[in-house]
Amino acid sequence: MEFQVPSLNLLIVLPVLIVTGWGMLLMLAEFFIPEEKKSWAPWLTMLGLVLALIQTIGLWGYNGGTFTPKGGAPMVVVDNFATFLNIIFLLTGILTVLISIHYLRRTGLDRPEYYMLLLFSVSGMMLMGMANDLILVFLALELLSIPLYILSGFAWPRPDSEESAMKYFLLGAFSSSIFVFGIALTYGSTGTTSLPLVLERISDAGMLGLVATAMLIVGFAFKVAAAPFHMWTPDVYEGAPTTVTAFMSVGAKVGGFAAMLRVFVAALPQLGEAWVPAVAGVATLTLIVGNVVAIVQPNIKRMLAYSSIAHAGYIMIAVAASVNSPDGVSAALFYMLAYLFTNLGAFAVVIALEHKQGEGVMLDDYKGLGKRRPWLALAMAYFMLSLTGVPPTGGFSGKFYVFRAAIEADLLWLAIVGVITSVISGYYYLRVVYLMYMYDGEGEVVANRALVWTVGLTALATLVLGLLPGPWFDMARDAALQTVQMVAGG
Amino acid sequence: MDNQLLITYLPIAVLLGIALFLAVLLPVLSLSLGPKRPTFRKLSPYESGMTPIGEAQRRLPVKFYRIAVLFILFDVDIILLVPWAVSFRRLGLYGLAAMLVFMFIFILGDAWVWKKGVLEWD
Repeated sequence: MEFQVPSLNLLIVLPVLIVTGWGMLLMLAEFFIPEEKKSWAPWLTMLGLVLALIQTIGLWGYNGGTFTPKGGAPMVVVDNFATFLNIIFLLTGILTVLISIHYLRRTGLDRPEYYMLLLFSVSGMMLMGMANDLILVFLALELLSIPLYILSGFAWPRPDSEESAMKYFLLGAFSSSIFVFGIALTYGSTGTTSLPLVLERISDAGMLGLVATAMLIVGFAFKVAAAPFHMWTPDVYEGAPTTVTAFMSVGAKVGGFAAMLRVFVAALPQLGEAWVPAVAGVATLTLIVGNVVAIVQPNIKRMLAYSSIAHAGYIMIAVAASVNSPDGVSAALFYMLAYLFTNLGAFAVVIALEHKQGEGVMLDDYKGLGKRRPWLALAMAYFMLSLTGVPPTGGFSGKFYVFRAAIEADLLWLAIVGVITSVISGYYYLRVVYLMYMYDGEGEVVANRALVWTVGLTALATLVLGLLPGPWFDMARDAALQTVQMVAGG
Repeated sequence: MDNQLLITYLPIAVLLGIALFLAVLLPVLSLSLGPKRPTFRKLSPYESGMTPIGEAQRRLPVKFYRIAVLFILFDVDIILLVPWAVSFRRLGLYGLAAMLVFMFIFILGDAWVWKKGVLEWD
């Protein structure tokens, strides 16, 4: 058989190449720049991410693919769906760098490797949204996860950081193996791993296709921390350095949902009758477990871990609605955009209060913040309201679109579960607000300029998404339509 | 067609059944019929060996583990290089370019490992 060179268009994957290349550039730079001048790493990282972001925004509206084998479908797809998600990932990266700079210095974790691993992880996330082949989805998943395993153990030699890395690695490896098994069964039942071809052949796959789908759900549910595959989340989020927790809680989750939406909506809509109830069930369980268990957490990092589980549940509602409602995918995209700003903002405040590694992260440390730092407390209160879903916040708009999509898709009961659990979530989110304003307390707050900027920017973005969600939702709709068109086009 | 396929697997099912049956039966028989005389000697971990000293979990030098991890990297590298070298002619320039990119990334990692002093034994 003659070897065929696959068609290449490296320009459209340039953002990923920039991010990966920048990671390698940092490795090279480390050889030549002396130890004393360590402060270059975050700014260089930022430069790379901003360049990639500019390039990504330029690709808005582009619809095409590359790495196309002869007679096959492209391995990598660049459409608005991928571009929208890439913008989310790059913003996550930029904001994470902003909140990391000072935190790493004062906790003694300032090693350039941190930023390299961050960049590699971001490139994996970007590929998650662009992958059009199950093998590539798996590669992207590993590229996303392996740097995160190392990053969660980055506070070495603190034992709970190592514990968190170990737990994450073992459970992650286990879930990856289930995911690969799902891919293998998909290949076994359809004879291909390319998503458009899977779409054509999956309806004849029978039982094997259903088992494969179930395994893929397990793999994704683990990555996005949905119950009952959430057990690792609280421990890992608590033990990892707080900046890494912030990055994981947004990046890894959105990455998981990116590939999940692409695989389930673009390749497996015909099995919708089978997987929609499963995803809806997982969403229900996730919402209940996440919101109820968060109530009893005394540690804010653990509380936000359970809160992130709960938010995975809300996005799961949108995933379940995405087959029968045209707005399911766009609701998920919008929700993730709002969640990115709200959650990173909340974590930025947590980092401001964590004056020493692992100290200042209990809920009691928030007592009296309203008097000590009125602006910071106001921002935190606003983020908490947004996470609860009170207007006018981005969180409210996100929940509104998600529930509307669920009702359109005849999943009224799921929307009701979502509303009820939102009310439950008010208890623990608003308790932070209550502690900040109704008590007096002492405690150090370390708010440097980059951190204040991050808090301000994320609060502003949350406000904009809350007051004027329309244009952004239209953007999300543009991003989602492409995926649906791909389904129609086969 | 499907049934025939399943019937060919019947002997395996029978074998599994017998194995399961015996695996349950034999320990039960041995437990219920066998004589038991628990003496101090018989209860020690090695009845006819040395008395164990210390714990089974000991701290091991991490150096060996590090070398093992590096070995995996080089091993994977070789696994990719050999098939490429075999079909070098057919893959042509594209294969060469792809392999050069791969080797660049790999060597970069090696250099980093070297710089970090992982290759030093002490």
